[in-house]
Amino acid sequence: MGRVVLVTGVSRYLGGRFAKVLSADPEVERVIGVDVIPPAHDIGSTGFVRADIRNPVIGRIIEHAGVDTVVHMSVIATPMGAGGRVSMKEINVIGTMQLLAACQRSPSLRRLVVKSTSAVYGSSPRDPALFSEDLVGKVPPRSGWGKDSVEVEGYVRGFSRRRPDVDVVTLRLANLVGPGIRTPMTDYFGLPVIPTVLGFDPRLQFLHEDDSLNALRLATLRDVSGVVNVAGDGVISLGQAARFAGRPTVPVPPVLGTVVRTLYRGAGLTDFSREQIRYLSYGRGLDTTRMRAVLGLTPKFSTREAFLDFVRTRRLGGPLSPEVIRGLEERLGGLIGASPVGAGPATAPTDGLPSSWEGRD
Amino acid sequence: MSDAKVISMDGDRPRTPGARSVLLGADRASGERARRRRRTTPLLSGPPAEIERIGDESPPVEPVEPVVAPIKRVASAAKKSPAKKSPAKQSSAKKAAAGGASADQAAAKQAADGRRPPKRTATKRVSTKRVSASPIHPVAPADPTEPAEPAEPTDPMEPVEPVQNVEPPEPAEPIGPAFESLVPPVDEPVPTGGRHSIAKALVAQAGEALLDALVSRARPADLEAKVAAVLTFLGRRLTGEYELDDFGFDAEFAEAVPLLLLRPLYRHWFRVEVRGIENLPRTGGALIVANHSGAIPIDALMASVAVHEEHPEHRFLRTLGADLVFQTPFLAGLARRSGATLASNPDAERLLSDGHLVGVWPEGFKGIGKPFTERYKLQRFGRGGFVSAALRTGTPIIPCSIVGAEETYPIIGNVPSLARLLGLPYLPITPFFPLLGPLGAIPLPSKWLIEFGTPVVTHDYEPGAAEDPMLVFDLTDQIRQSIQQTLYSLLVQRRSIFF
Repeated sequence: MGRVVLVTGVSRYLGGRFAKVLSADPEVERVIGVDVIPPAHDIGSTGFVRADIRNPVIGRIIEHAGVDTVVHMSVIATPMGAGGRVSMKEINVIGTMQLLAACQRSPSLRRLVVKSTSAVYGSSPRDPALFSEDLVGKVPPRSGWGKDSVEVEGYVRGFSRRRPDVDVVTLRLANLVGPGIRTPMTDYFGLPVIPTVLGFDPRLQFLHEDDSLNALRLATLRDVSGVVNVAGDGVISLGQAARFAGRPTVPVPPVLGTVVRTLYRGAGLTDFSREQIRYLSYGRGLDTTRMRAVLGLTPKFSTREAFLDFVRTRRLGGPLSPEVIRGLEERLGGLIGASPVGAGPATAPTDGLPSSWEGRD
Repeated sequence: MSDAKVISMDGDRPRTPGARSVLLGADRASGERARRRRRTTPLLSGPPAEIERIGDESPPVEPVEPVVAPIKRVASAAKKSPAKKSPAKQSSAKKAAAGGASADQAAAKQAADGRRPPKRTATKRVSTKRVSASPIHPVAPADPTEPAEPAEPTDPMEPVEPVQNVEPPEPAEPIGPAFESLVPPVDEPVPTGGRHSIAKALVAQAGEALLDALVSRARPADLEAKVAAVLTFLGRRLTGEYELDDFGFDAEFAEAVPLLLLRPLYRHWFRVEVRGIENLPRTGGALIVANHSGAIPIDALMASVAVHEEHPEHRFLRTLGADLVFQTPFLAGLARRSGATLASNPDAERLLSDGHLVGVWPEGFKGIGKPFTERYKLQRFGRGGFVSAALRTGTPIIPCSIVGAEETYPIIGNVPSLARLLGLPYLPITPFFPLLGPLGAIPLPSKWLIEFGTPVVTHDYEPGAAEDPMLVFDLTDQIRQSIQQTLYSLLVQRRSIFF
């Protein structure tokens, strides 16, 4: 039996790519894409319906098409793209409420997949190193995308209580990076000079956009339910990420945070939300045991690989990229005459240093 | 032996009696004959290295030397003695006022002076290094020349010396045969060495570094390799080519920076003696539970160094820290990179089930912030969260008793209002801290003993044991008791606070 899947937010980058992937899947009979503006990119054989999820018309679409799976991807993270914070909140929260109201009325609905974010955990120094799905952050997000997502998840939980016959999957995705996606974090690493919080070098976790599509596909087609964290393996530090991107960093004391924020916003570069600043101070990690066990997903890209792929495909290589540094190092090594060991990181990365340091004893 | 050596000793002479008298005074004040006890307490790590060193150092000195040198010294000192008397007194008085540190330094300088000549060759360097690792029993390298002092009739400080010298060389002492034949019975080297061991060791460390530099200058290949290694390390930092685990731990960094910096403190400042390292598993997880003390958690740092240094596999101790650590700028990143993570059950259980050695200090701020009057009295052991973590993961709990940290910063007062203002759990006042400013932040060089006790096995409890509060409380109490008992026994074994 073929599935009829409704995908919200198809005019956005990830929604569009997902609709395309799904429409090519043999298990899926029909994909209906919904958004307020027509998609600018290829969404495959997806049938596009121009509708606002904040409007009850969405209910009629679900009913008429006999939709059995709804994939909600219309929670947006970029207020600058959505026309301001008010409109973003409207789309995220009111849109979700309307969509869930329509879903509740639909007798044909069997599955609801919600794309959420790891930002719901917040970031604080009192949080464990890795969040498993049952943990709640000590300081939940109080503004922006994270707060919207917390509210959305709240409504989704309410929905699953009222419709126990519907399998609800909530995917908490780590920060997405990849060749095409645009999020506050990708904007951040595209800055010519990356401001960091003075005295902090947080752990960051990334998910490659290809892996996120895979996760959404599995959540749509597999028999799973519940909340699942999705992230690439491992963590990298902000400092590492900035090195990979070859960008210089400027540590900013927290008192000057507002000034820097205004500067960057004024220049139209990016907007730092308070949550993002917290994240850039304390970092966060996700426990992905359930991702492997329940969702059955093994990410193709680890956090580091995902970020490196992001740097490579976006050609971010700034003035301080690893290649440049390595060249400098070689030259310096040559000057001192220490080139045999210092020549290439490939020649003595693992044993060169520790042995000599340990050798002191 | 050269004349130069004798002359240099003469130059140092005025300082020596002063240093001695101060130390003797301290000895009397404390009413403790540390030396006597030292003889009776067997040492753990000292002897073998000592023998080697003595063997190494003696050959340059010809058997006749000890006799010749003293005579020369006495003669020259006697000539100068009228002029020297008062400076000696003055300097000693000053030193007494300034505390033992300067005296130690002076003595250490002398010791180092005496030590330098034999250190010039590469082979001997090895032996001195080994000695510095066992600083409890060091024998003054300048020993052969020391005997002159007691015989000195002109120095008013000297009459105290014979008291020390009454003690004959201890037969139980593992003194190399070569040495015994060299040293006349009047010699009394051990106390001097013991007293000055810290400062001497410090100077030795500095000298070693200097010598390293000199030697490596002589051997360009060595220097090159070193520079290359540092360059590679820095390069890897700059290109971001290092690995962090999920907790932010960076093994390469931990080994290169914090452990390297803490090692001298561990060896030479606190002279940490570790017992029961065999109680730590070679592989697999274990939870090390220790007492907490000393205003700032140096005990956690020293325990980490102890585990890494003494364990045959050089394992890293993953410490569990308070949230204050992770919200403090700079400290947060440093702590995570060095292997710390938040003291919470999810983190503890994850680390344990991943097979790490985890260190926890359940007393928390109650432990390190307690006044000096309550030293070595264990506070409440949290809420037993560490026991449930061990029960859930089935890993053994290893009680660990740390003696010495209490004296690093004796807390004699607390300013709760100011602490609240600064967002700190307490604001300690030590005899030196606000008074001497940043100097007061230097920990006192107390003598440390760390003992790892017998592991408490947790894997044979039934699966739901962690949910049984009574069992958790019982185990918590049992571990607390065992640490307290060990603390008392270690305190009895420790000869004095500082030695």
